[in-house]
Amino acid sequence: MHNEKLSLFALGDSAMVIQFNNVISLDVNERVMMLYDKLKSLELPHIKDIVPAFSSMTIHYDISLIKNEAGNDLTFFEILSKEVKQIIEKESIIRIEKYNKIKVPVCFNEKFAPDLNEISTKANLSRNKIIDIYLSKTYRVFMIGFLPGFPYMGEVDERIVMPRKMQPRNFVHSGSVGIAGKQTGIYPFNSPGGWQIIGRTPVKLFDKNSSSPSFFKPGDEVEFYSINENEFANY
Amino acid sequence: MSLQIIKSGILDTIQDCGRYGFQHFGINTGGSMDQFSSQLSNALLGKPLNDPVIEIHFPSPKMFFEKETVLCICGADLSPFINEQLIPIGQPVFIGKGCVLEFKKNNYGARVYISILNGLQIEEWLNSFSTNLKAEAGGFYGKALKTGDRLNYKCEIKFKGLQSGQTFKLLPWSTNKINHFSNNEIRFLEGAEWNLMTFDSVEKFKNDEFSISKFSDRMGYRLIGGNLKTKKEESMISSAVSFGTIQLLPDGQMIILMADHQTTGGYPRIANVITTDLPKLAQKKPGDVIKFIRTNLKSAEEKLLMQKKYLIELQHACKIKIDRLLDVIL
Repeated sequence: MHNEKLSLFALGDSAMVIQFNNVISLDVNERVMMLYDKLKSLELPHIKDIVPAFSSMTIHYDISLIKNEAGNDLTFFEILSKEVKQIIEKESIIRIEKYNKIKVPVCFNEKFAPDLNEISTKANLSRNKIIDIYLSKTYRVFMIGFLPGFPYMGEVDERIVMPRKMQPRNFVHSGSVGIAGKQTGIYPFNSPGGWQIIGRTPVKLFDKNSSSPSFFKPGDEVEFYSINENEFANY
Repeated sequence: MSLQIIKSGILDTIQDCGRYGFQHFGINTGGSMDQFSSQLSNALLGKPLNDPVIEIHFPSPKMFFEKETVLCICGADLSPFINEQLIPIGQPVFIGKGCVLEFKKNNYGARVYISILNGLQIEEWLNSFSTNLKAEAGGFYGKALKTGDRLNYKCEIKFKGLQSGQTFKLLPWSTNKINHFSNNEIRFLEGAEWNLMTFDSVEKFKNDEFSISKFSDRMGYRLIGGNLKTKKEESMISSAVSFGTIQLLPDGQMIILMADHQTTGGYPRIANVITTDLPKLAQKKPGDVIKFIRTNLKSAEEKLLMQKKYLIELQHACKIKIDRLLDVIL
């Protein structure tokens, strides 16, 4: 259906990676999410898990549930590859799930933003200007990884692109909003971490008691707005 | 009350075959490190292979049984003793009221799996009983077991074979398939970024031995040695990884991702350990040495199917045996 570069390769003997054009872009990620929705909706019994990422999707499968009807000596990986390719080629794939547009409050108070001064110096911009630039964009959740519920979002404005910290912190507070390269993300749990921390959200990003425990889903569109310390405390 | 932890070990958690279907939320699968021993302990009791078990290490916990049960211990040999008597691993044992189970010496291996016939009243979270320590969910309140914890059985059992004066009794079947620790050969498949390595590094990977660093845990095994290099600095876009993925870190060292690994990663995936060799690897300890052996996908898949078939057949056979010996009272 699409003239795109697509490759399938094995990740060990029980997982397969479907690699789209190897770039970070909205279009590519959109294709990943379309195929993700499609495969998920088929509820194939041999597929245990599907993990979308920036420009790839990984299928974890159970080879004992894959049928080798032809009785040939293909590997189960090859049989599944054929099946996946057919799904990609034959079916018209459209995005099934609706986009979520999410607004997320962030407090940029100094005590929540230990790296804002450093960014300010490096970018040669005032703290307020950095915050304005940060708030001016809508971000896409390209994938969730690293920690349960941790969204990899992008892309931040060129002017505030910042590399990870040379020396990662042993402790980053849950809710911390960070920048790493062109990406931005939020720590759902207290954790070690190397992202540049510019603020903190009071939103609970992971609720184990919910049937959908992660606040963010891959594909979400996110806008941030600024709140003060008082609003943070009373959120 | 049923089972009490008199003294906890260094890391005692409830595990099963892992939590699948939620990795797109960044929720790692977890599950038993040594999937074979974990399933074997269930199979020997005729239980479903995916049933939750207790995974322990050394130093190990000391447990007191307030009620009768049948259990099976598989995995590492940590010298299990019941009421001061050494018992074999890989053989089901009936345990009477008031028995104490402890582990006295680390002979070989790193992890032990204890399957309990009458099951445990524990928390299922997102289709799995595995303990997720980060999310504090699944298993025993999402936490490692501690001294004083009590776990209730799901049902009571009545055993017909105990003679008077006996406090416990070994059941008359066992497996010899317990020793998968005897060699250090870990078979691998080439990974997506295998060709990123320089020629010298590929040769090193295939020919050298690597020892397991002390910075190794349920998330990953760091390896010492190698100092492997890539042909050029490649900035990778993060994508999913798997149990057994071998990543090459920027400092030239390798990490093998284990049961509690993150769902995604951004380092070159130079190779993957085949699924049937992960149990052997999971039983290695810091300081142990491994050697990588190249294999192919066809062979890896065949071994995996054979192992699965063996476990299912064993489970069916043991189910018949156990049903003859016991009455289950719900």
